Order: sequence, then structure tokens, then C-alpha cells
Amino acid sequence: MTRRASLGSAVVMTLYLLFLLVPIYWLVNMSLKTNAEITGTFSLWPQNPTLRNFRVILTDPSWYMGYVNSLIYVVMNTALSLAVALPAAYAFSRYRFLGDKHLFFWLLTNRMAPPAVFALPFFQLYSAVGLFDTHIAVALAHCLFNVPLAVWILEGFMSGVPREIDETAYIDGYSFPRFFTRIFMPLIASGIGVAAFFCFMFSWVELLLSRTLTSVNAKPIAATMTRTVSASGLDWGVLAAAGVLTILPGALVIWFVRNYIAKGFALGRV
Amino acid sequence: MDKPVNNRAWFLVLPVLVLVAFSAVIPLMTVVNYSVQDTFGNNQFFWNGLGWFQEVLESDRIHAALGRQLLFSAIILAIEIPLGIFIALNMPKRGFWASLVLVLMALPLLIPWNVVGTIWQVFGRVDIGLLGHTLAALGVDYNYVNDPLDAWATIIVMDVWHWTSLVALLCYAGLQSIPDAYYQAARIDQASRWGVFRFIELPKMSGVLLIAVLLRFMDSFMIYTEPFVVTGGGPGNATTFLSIDLVKMAIGQFDLGPAAAFSLIYFLVILLISWVFYTVMTAQRDLP
Repeated sequence: MTRRASLGSAVVMTLYLLFLLVPIYWLVNMSLKTNAEITGTFSLWPQNPTLRNFRVILTDPSWYMGYVNSLIYVVMNTALSLAVALPAAYAFSRYRFLGDKHLFFWLLTNRMAPPAVFALPFFQLYSAVGLFDTHIAVALAHCLFNVPLAVWILEGFMSGVPREIDETAYIDGYSFPRFFTRIFMPLIASGIGVAAFFCFMFSWVELLLSRTLTSVNAKPIAATMTRTVSASGLDWGVLAAAGVLTILPGALVIWFVRNYIAKGFALGRV
Repeated sequence: MDKPVNNRAWFLVLPVLVLVAFSAVIPLMTVVNYSVQDTFGNNQFFWNGLGWFQEVLESDRIHAALGRQLLFSAIILAIEIPLGIFIALNMPKRGFWASLVLVLMALPLLIPWNVVGTIWQVFGRVDIGLLGHTLAALGVDYNYVNDPLDAWATIIVMDVWHWTSLVALLCYAGLQSIPDAYYQAARIDQASRWGVFRFIELPKMSGVLLIAVLLRFMDSFMIYTEPFVVTGGGPGNATTFLSIDLVKMAIGQFDLGPAAAFSLIYFLVILLISWVFYTVMTAQRDLP
């Protein structure tokens, strides 16, 4: 590539990243200010940096339990989605069976179902079976859109593995479960990583269902934020600090899977 | 190579089937049930036939919301898909910078949606937000609370900020899978930059582009949290999209029958448009 072209790319990327990061910077900036400074003066960086807003959140259980609740149901959902999606994706990628195409398409249609449509029936269903306001309720509800996505992603990765490997393993006397866990899963590790990343992401960012299905014990952080905004609409500093803290888990997850993501995206069909 | 027929594969799909039946089929049947019944309260229901469907299909308010929703999704696709491709073409290919850029770009994708709304709500405020303050200082009369056009602009810029990276990351993955030999051949043929894009890069990206278009269409068509936090559907009804309208009906006013009929129609519209996208795009890909 010529030098002028790579310089152009650098300019484009710098501008785009600035566009992405400035709003986030503004939130971080606000979270380090006192409320008086936020509403009183306009400054590009905190004049008197304070950690008071973060202290409010990290010392109050009604705040920090929100993070714990969110993390619990997100992890449960990711594990559950992968556990059921792995064998299903294997079936779709290796065999033809009665109604396979219809089933695959039907699964994908669930990814197209607006959460708003399901909010009320979910509320009634989980209340009826006594799961309302539990972590597992939210984890199960999020399976609605995460399982189809996980099957879709994993199927793409599995189809990239030649079928001779399966056949050789069976001839060597491997049983299906042993072959699947010992040989096959390591082969598609990056695919599992990418699928887990997407499950984590869509479960972590979802609010409508997780808010509808919880009241106290499993209340997610995102819902805690909305309630506090409406109750004391002026505590901008704490609101900003809570927002910053919701960004952190995502940022950590991306940092850990960054090499998988680059490689995984490229290997798979996704 | 053809896949062998094996109906025992059903056992492998069974867990998914049970799970999705519990979390999708039962709720959906509840919706169907409500959509054909009316109630006087006290859990007494009676058959109402297609009355609610008729009411929803003739409602001017829902027509307007559907129109806004279609316009919104069209604008989102028109901006994010080309911009995402353009960004993907400019991303560094390997090394430290590639990792760093990937991580930074993925950041907006992992922010909870109501926090995305909060970020932009604050960012756009004239009194305390950088964007609103700067625009006001430049003499632009910008107020997303009162001006429908500004509200739309804010929500569109927010969505571009939020989701363009997903399109770019998918396209980037498609680009990464192109062997260097293709580019060398293009150089020997002295292909122009446009030629390389049109005949090598675009066809190789068609698979991921299909996914990107479908995902962006579905998610923009179901958008709820972000506009709800930023504008609450206002000013007036200017940014009341389908989901906001539906939640207002179902949970706010508890109009179960009309809300259920509305839900089913909404779902069918998404299915229909997704199917059209899928058919058109795969048909184009399969052309020689």
C-alpha cells in the first residue's frame, strides 16, 4: 500500500475513534466532578477531581448488588446458551434430518422477535412458575435471542472443520461424548470464544426483559440506574459514575478475547 | 460433499428445542390467546375473533409509528452499512494497532443500552453536554427535547455511534479471509482501487454483509431502550417507534388484546422484511 493511502487510513481511523470515544470521555469526565461543578461551570476536564460519586456506589449495597446480579445472570445465560447450542450446532453442521432446515429457520426467527412483544407474556409465565425476580428467570429469558445466535455462529465454525476428523475418531473407538469434548471442542475453541462473547454482550446490554422480570433480588444494574434517575433526577455525578462502571466489565471482556475476536471472526462464517 | 441423513441427530437438537419451546413458544401462544379475546376484568375472557387485528390495522397512530420505524431503519441501514465497509477498509491489518483499534471499536457494543441513552442524553444537553454546548456556542439552535428534527438527528447519530462498529468488525473479518494472492493478481492486472473493491473485496464480504444487514435491520426495527431514555418518544410522538408504542400499550395501559394483536403483526412485519432481505441478497450472491 502506498504511503499516501496509509496516511489517509490513519486519518479516517483517528476521526472515527474520536467520534466513538468523545461521548464516553464526557461520561468519565462527569463522573469525576461534583454536582455543583457539573451544573455550575462548563469545563473540558474536572477542575477538582473527586471520587465521591464512585464511593457512593461502591459503599451502598442497593447500588453494587446491581452489578453482582447482572453478572450472575449474564454468566448463567452464557453457560446455558453454549451448553444447549453446542450439540445442536453439531447436528446442523454434520447431519441432515427430518425438518432440519425448517427448524434452523424457526430458531433464527426467535432472534427477530422484538423483546417488547415478549415482555408481558414472560412476566406472566415466570410469575406463574414462581421464578419471578430470580437470576435464572432473566438467564432463561435471554436465551430467546442468545441460543439462536450461538447455534448460528457455532454452526459456521463447525462446518469449517473437515468431517474426516469425526470419522477417524469414531474408527479409533472414541465414543461421541468423549470425541466431542476431547477432540472437537478444542478444534473450535475460537468459535466457542466468539459465541460466548456475543452471548455475554447481548445479555449484558439488554434492559427491557431483565427489568420486567425482576423487582428486588435480581435487579440488574441498568434498572437500578433508571430508577435512581427518575427518583432524584439531579444526581448527575452518581449517574455518570454508575454508567462508567457498567462499561468496565465489557471493556475487560473485550481485552481478554481480543485475539480470539480478530482470529475468530476471520475463521468463521460470521 | 453431502451430509449423511441421520434422524438420531434430533436427540442433539432436543435441548435447544425444549429450552426455546419454554422461552418462546409458550409466551407466543399467550400472545395469540390474548389477541383473539376480550375481557371485562376478573380474568373473564370471551372470544373476540379478529376484532383487535382490525382495530390495530386501522389505527392511524400505529400506521404513523410504523412509518417512522421504516424510515428510521432505512436511514440507519443507508448510513451504517457503507460507513462500516469504509471503516473496515481503513482498519490496520495486523500488529499492536490492529488489536487496540479492535478493542476501542468494540467498546460501544458492550455498553448497556440505557447507558448508551444516558451518555447521549447528557452529551446533547445544552447546559451540561459537550455536544449541545458546542453547537450552542457555534450559534446552532439545537434542542432535542423540543425540536422533532433535532431529536431524530440525535437518535440517528447515537445509533451510528453505537452500531457502526459491529458492521465494520464483521466486514473486517470478511476482508481478513481474502488471501494475499488475490491482491497480487489484481496488482499484476493493474486493477484500480475501485476494481479491487468491486471484484475482490465486495464479493468476499457478501456473506458477512448479509449477516450485518440482517442484524442491523432487526435490531433497529426493534429499538426501544435508547430512544426511550433520550427522548421518551417525544417531542409529541415524533420518536415513538413501534416498540415504544407497544410497551406503552401492553404494560402502561394494560390493553392486552390490542397489544397482543399489535405484537403479532409487528413480528410478522419483521419476519417478512428479513425474509425479503435474505432472499434478495442470497440470490445476488449466487449469480455467476
